[in-house]
Amino acid sequence: MRKSIPALFAAFSAAMMLAACSSQPPAPEQGPATVSDGTSSSTTTAPVTASGLDPYSLAALKDPKSAVYKRSVFFDYDQYVIKDEFKPLVEAHAQLLVKNPKVKMLIQGNADERGSREYNLALGQKRADAVKKALMLLGATEAQIESVSLGEEKPRCTESNEACWAQNRRGDMLYTGEF
Amino acid sequence: MFLAAALLTAPLTALAQLSIEITGAGANRIPVAIADFGGDSANGQALALVVRADLERSGLFRLVDPSGLPSGEASTPPYADWKSRGADALVGGTVAPAGGRYETRFRLYDVQKQAQLGGQAYGHAAGQVRLIAHRVSDYIYEKLTGEPGIFSTRIAYVVKSNGRYELQVADADGNNAQTALASREPIISPSWSPDGSKLAYVSFEAKKPVIYVHDLTSGRRHVAANFKGSNSAPAWSPDGRRLAVVLTKDGNSQLYLVGADGSGVTRLASSPGIDTEPQFSPDGQWIYFTSDRGGSPQIYRIGTSGGNAQRITFDGPYNVTPRPSPDGKSMAYISRSDGSFQLTVMDLATKQTQILTDSAKDESPSYAPNSRMILYATEVGGRGVLAAVSADGRVKQKLSVQAADVREPAWGPFTK
Repeated sequence: MRKSIPALFAAFSAAMMLAACSSQPPAPEQGPATVSDGTSSSTTTAPVTASGLDPYSLAALKDPKSAVYKRSVFFDYDQYVIKDEFKPLVEAHAQLLVKNPKVKMLIQGNADERGSREYNLALGQKRADAVKKALMLLGATEAQIESVSLGEEKPRCTESNEACWAQNRRGDMLYTGEF
Repeated sequence: MFLAAALLTAPLTALAQLSIEITGAGANRIPVAIADFGGDSANGQALALVVRADLERSGLFRLVDPSGLPSGEASTPPYADWKSRGADALVGGTVAPAGGRYETRFRLYDVQKQAQLGGQAYGHAAGQVRLIAHRVSDYIYEKLTGEPGIFSTRIAYVVKSNGRYELQVADADGNNAQTALASREPIISPSWSPDGSKLAYVSFEAKKPVIYVHDLTSGRRHVAANFKGSNSAPAWSPDGRRLAVVLTKDGNSQLYLVGADGSGVTRLASSPGIDTEPQFSPDGQWIYFTSDRGGSPQIYRIGTSGGNAQRITFDGPYNVTPRPSPDGKSMAYISRSDGSFQLTVMDLATKQTQILTDSAKDESPSYAPNSRMILYATEVGGRGVLAAVSADGRVKQKLSVQAADVREPAWGPFTK
């Protein structure tokens, strides 16, 4: 199951393309953040920007161009199987966890509003667990990841239609400081 | 009918008052006259209004106009006059000051047989007129229908308004709403202890689902389950000593038993998928629950001491939230068909099922302790409301709070 780094990079570009046409809200438009070449100034301090860094570092989490910028895995109705289009995203986050063994992640599973609140709480848990299991298969450790469910209680989108429900059938991968 | 709705929205303490609208009634209603109570006329009228509203709301009675006929207790009321107005039964009584307190007395008369059916007397404080009125209603209901009344019971539910969640407890007619818990985080799955003194519920205040047991009188509460992962779906055992709960501490959402004080957790069942929404049968022998072990969410039951699970529902792709009736004869649950989630009942002996509503987003059914009505959450105009329907589907009520979502109803037990 473990993939080589080049394979992951190939998957990375596919992930970005797929993520772009998924139902996820678009990332905020933003130019490369002050990438200085370090020669125009008398000082030699290199700016610490995400894009210039290890793509699987914590700093990369805030870079819209990074493979780990996106955090959400979306699911089909009443399902908790990770769809192929989200596997590259999960692989990228697994790499981050593997490279940063002290980093901890909280996965929050969510469900759309239809049906039983308690069943949806369980469904959200299965979704969070599905992401956790995938990350562990890719080398992350149990101690790094906690999976919890918010059920249908914290909808990202509050309208009653399929586009909205699709947004809410989701597992979010959050790192320390983000939850 | 609209008299009852107007009466019940009369301003009281709580801002978020539940108002009740009656939208259907039984086919054969008993014609009953509730004369204004004599004695202290303001209290006597107030008491009679509450009794009339109670009986009308049950859908089993038709109110006969009492105006112009003598009120109060009488050894022989003018039976012929009441008969000519079509009343089969008559209630006459008084509310009288008695040494700084009040005494309420009443008699119930059979107009056809021209006979007294009985009566009661209660000593009470001035502020307890509503409480006494519900007792009077319970007495009348039981004498005339042969079943215990539920007018003195309470209901719990969650109100969501402006990102704030309140666990409230109100009288069964929606009056006297009080907030037991207010939180910025969700509160779900309230469950009454069998003696009506406590609520178990799930609160997300610790940023994850944790089960609490909350004593209503003192306002004190304790954590009943806070294991790694999610803790949810508490259901009391009939003896009030244990809770069936859903934990994810060992992986998937699975069923466990835990002492109501949080002690001694034991696993009840194992499945590779989701098991949730446990609910004891009234005899304590079985636990009904929802599981996707067969590929879709369906209702099963398992012996309280273990054994193999038996599948209960087979029709349709989604049957959840089992609630055995307190008399043990039926089970209310939510079934999905053509995209609609509807309150359904199953006769447990014959397995015959009946959909009771025509709404699309029903959730969280809860039986009245006499098994006659089912309270549930649904949605009207994009807003969460509570609704109640008789177990035969004939009598319907809607309970709503202005500008707020109401959900997660739980009907409390009989009060002793």
